[in-house]
Amino acid sequence: MDPRCALSFKLNGRQVEQDVSPRTSLADMLRNQMGLTATHIGCEQGSCGACNVMVDGKTVRSCLIFAIQLEGAEVETSQGFDDDPLMEALRDNFAKRNALQCGFCTGGMLLAARDLINMTPRPDRNEIREHISGNFCRCTGYEAIVDAIWKTAHEMPSLEGKK
Amino acid sequence: MSGPYENIERHTQFVGQDKPRRNAVRHAHGRGKFVDDIAFANLAHIAFFRSPYAHAEILNIDVSEAKSLPGVVDVFTASDITDICTPWVGKLDHFPGLRSPEQLPLANGRARWNGEAVVAVVAETRAIAEDALELIDVDWQELPAVVGIDNSRSKDGPLVHPEYDSNEAFVMELTAGDSADAFANADIIVEDTLELGRQTGLTLEPRSIVADFDPSMQKLTAYHSTQTPYQMQDIFTRHFNLSEENVRVISPDVGGSFGMKLHVYGEEMAAVAASIRIGRPVKFIADRMESFLSDIHLREHKVHARMALTKEGDILAMQVDDATGIGPFSVYPRTSAMEGNQALRLMGAPYKMPHYDGKLTVLFQNKAPTCQYRAVGHPIGVMTTEHLVDLAAKKLDMDPFEIRRRNVTTQDMYPLKTAGGYILERLSHEECLDKLEKLMDYSALRTEQAELRERGIYRGIGIGVFIEITNPGPAFYGVGGARISSQDGCFMKLEPSGKIRIAVSVTEQGQGTETVMAQVAATYLGVDIDHVDVITGDTERTPYGGATWASRGAGIGGSTVMVAALALKENLLEIAAVILQGDASKFDIVDGEVIDIATKRAVISLPELGRIAYFRPDTLPADYHPQLSVTRHYVPQGTPFDFTNGVQASYLEVDTETGIVKLLDHWVVEDCGIILNRQLVDEQIRGGVVHGLGGVLFEECLYSPEGQLMSATMADYLAPLANEMPDIHIAHCETPTNMTPLGAKGVGEAGTAAAGAVVLNAVNDALHPLNATLRTTPLTPERILTALGKI
Repeated sequence: MDPRCALSFKLNGRQVEQDVSPRTSLADMLRNQMGLTATHIGCEQGSCGACNVMVDGKTVRSCLIFAIQLEGAEVETSQGFDDDPLMEALRDNFAKRNALQCGFCTGGMLLAARDLINMTPRPDRNEIREHISGNFCRCTGYEAIVDAIWKTAHEMPSLEGKK
Repeated sequence: MSGPYENIERHTQFVGQDKPRRNAVRHAHGRGKFVDDIAFANLAHIAFFRSPYAHAEILNIDVSEAKSLPGVVDVFTASDITDICTPWVGKLDHFPGLRSPEQLPLANGRARWNGEAVVAVVAETRAIAEDALELIDVDWQELPAVVGIDNSRSKDGPLVHPEYDSNEAFVMELTAGDSADAFANADIIVEDTLELGRQTGLTLEPRSIVADFDPSMQKLTAYHSTQTPYQMQDIFTRHFNLSEENVRVISPDVGGSFGMKLHVYGEEMAAVAASIRIGRPVKFIADRMESFLSDIHLREHKVHARMALTKEGDILAMQVDDATGIGPFSVYPRTSAMEGNQALRLMGAPYKMPHYDGKLTVLFQNKAPTCQYRAVGHPIGVMTTEHLVDLAAKKLDMDPFEIRRRNVTTQDMYPLKTAGGYILERLSHEECLDKLEKLMDYSALRTEQAELRERGIYRGIGIGVFIEITNPGPAFYGVGGARISSQDGCFMKLEPSGKIRIAVSVTEQGQGTETVMAQVAATYLGVDIDHVDVITGDTERTPYGGATWASRGAGIGGSTVMVAALALKENLLEIAAVILQGDASKFDIVDGEVIDIATKRAVISLPELGRIAYFRPDTLPADYHPQLSVTRHYVPQGTPFDFTNGVQASYLEVDTETGIVKLLDHWVVEDCGIILNRQLVDEQIRGGVVHGLGGVLFEECLYSPEGQLMSATMADYLAPLANEMPDIHIAHCETPTNMTPLGAKGVGEAGTAAAGAVVLNAVNDALHPLNATLRTTPLTPERILTALGKI
């Protein structure tokens, strides 16, 4: 059996402790040890973006980082952001515009969208397409996702005057 | 054409179209529940030792070290499970002569493709199982591999199955009229050979199963990411010698399927075998490399085709020789002959083409098996036909719209039988072509194209007409001997609260099945869509049926829900009449209330009706038994399939220095009959188009000459990303089918059917001034530069 390491970090706003094997990825720890199954594993090779999480404010493929690297870090997953008006608006617009079909890519896609709007509050369609091109969606053909992100970015009142 | 539902009273507007799918709200909040998200006690994990060779004899397998690794629960090979799992063969009676050897969950004696599962290891964790794989020692004797189509066809090359006299799995010929005579008397003949690259499904959620066998009850529960839980219930029952009522298949959220999750795979069968062996739940989640190695592949075809025309541009005949490589086995239970069969029958299908000869040769290879996938056969038939139509138009100096308008089947011809043998009830090619020409502002694009050519910018316009096969009827799998149901069932009840619960046998993989079923129920019952809850994907909680594939969900599933809703409504009106001592024929249900038709006033609400019928039947007449739930089944009627039609166009730019294609715009005009939910229909089309675009531009399962898969990661197998895709403009025509009560035909394949064809045509249109023609997909920069003579 694998050795275990003690790990302490902040997850979706709460300080947490875990005992984790050194070879366990962040994605596997979130899913298998902590029950946070909205972080989906689509490739385990860093290609698909379904497992995206935020680590210290930056987008990270949780399948490509070992859990033990998280000591002291702040991690946010797609299951966080409960009080985040931008994430709530994105979720609402994704659902209304049918910007997801099977739902497997959606958590990673929402994080990519939120990241974009935080950096570029009023992106044009090309900027949206470029920014989400680290995330595969096999169902929608992307147009509905672009529409949902555009609508969110251009209708968020709190972003007025930012750009 | 007079169909069985010609005079039915139909709704054409469905309630709830403006509401988001409830599933979408759930997924957007991270509340999806895929197989790998479900927690189990005492769970074991299975992993597979796979063949490193495309073709090799297995001389000896030593698993002793793997077995002794701490945490390993079980290790087995094919011969260890022959007593609990019977073999299968991918044959159907309606493909006479189709041959394929018996298969077991694991390679038995010989491995026939790179990645075929050979040994199963079951352990406490997936990581331990994978550690144990490295301790397995197999003695191999490598054999020559059959890789390409020509390689497989060669008379003196190696055989995939030494017990057969050749690598041919199946040969089929179709004849209509006298094509030899037509070619002899034709004014012009065009011909070419197209090669379509092998693709795979690439669902983002990989294949997944947790098999949970309870030995005390001899009961198997399989949590399985499949489109077709009833088919799998039957398969598990028969091949593991269980009782059907003791086999439950649950399909929770399914993360994309596209036809890939319809088939029987050795790994899932091995997981069931493992659970039976150890009496614990066993999980198999394919990792991405396993997906590339062992998911079905599709559409490896080499098509030689000719078309004969008059000098006025009338298509007289086609002659087609289509060869397809399917890997070492015809996939169970739907067979690997279906794709070629449909491709061959779809050749020339939109056109008034009296003469046709088609030959299909289905070939064994030492590569992953191929089988049905979204738009089965359509892209091959459409691309071949539309490529030849464009070659003819160029030769005749005719506009691509003009030659198509001249040849499409017209309103005065229906019903008609195509040269490939399909019976078409009624299509709308002329209207679709007219709409497309306006939608894309065709003449302005041609002007722009000509101006840019002067400046050395090569843009192309491609157009393609298609028909799409939907709603397969009873004369399909069942006739061929497969226990795959063509009928569907729906249970529907009034809850005491006045809300409606339905359980239906069509399944959801993101298309919006549950929303559409709720819409149909709400519309035909007269209630709010938010008051309808839909259960799918569980063989124990829903009536038996065919489930969702071949664009049958809306047309057949929707019709099932419609007849159930009408039956429940009749019951509810009768109960209202009894309560109110009135006449049921004078009542209707609107917005959840029973109304008096004459006065339009509400006489009793459904919650009040539910309260009385469930809790105060004492107030009703003696011996009156309110029927508060119904079950109805629906069998598709009339023709063997329904057909939709449409036309697509692509506008793109080819960089003649780099060979890179930039997609600028894409249009689809489509006729899926009655539209139940415009947004969901449009998103099915868009998603389908992008599957077609991926196939024509990027996606290819590349094998080395030795049969090693070289594109087994998502960095090597290139699927479309957002920045490479255009916006897709969609318009509709609506020609209802009279073969279903609902009038909906289905829409799942339409986008994929012609998207590749119109891109090929547009690239060849762009490069026409440079005398370059592309005929091999995907249209990689390398192939384009080669065609341009630059490399």
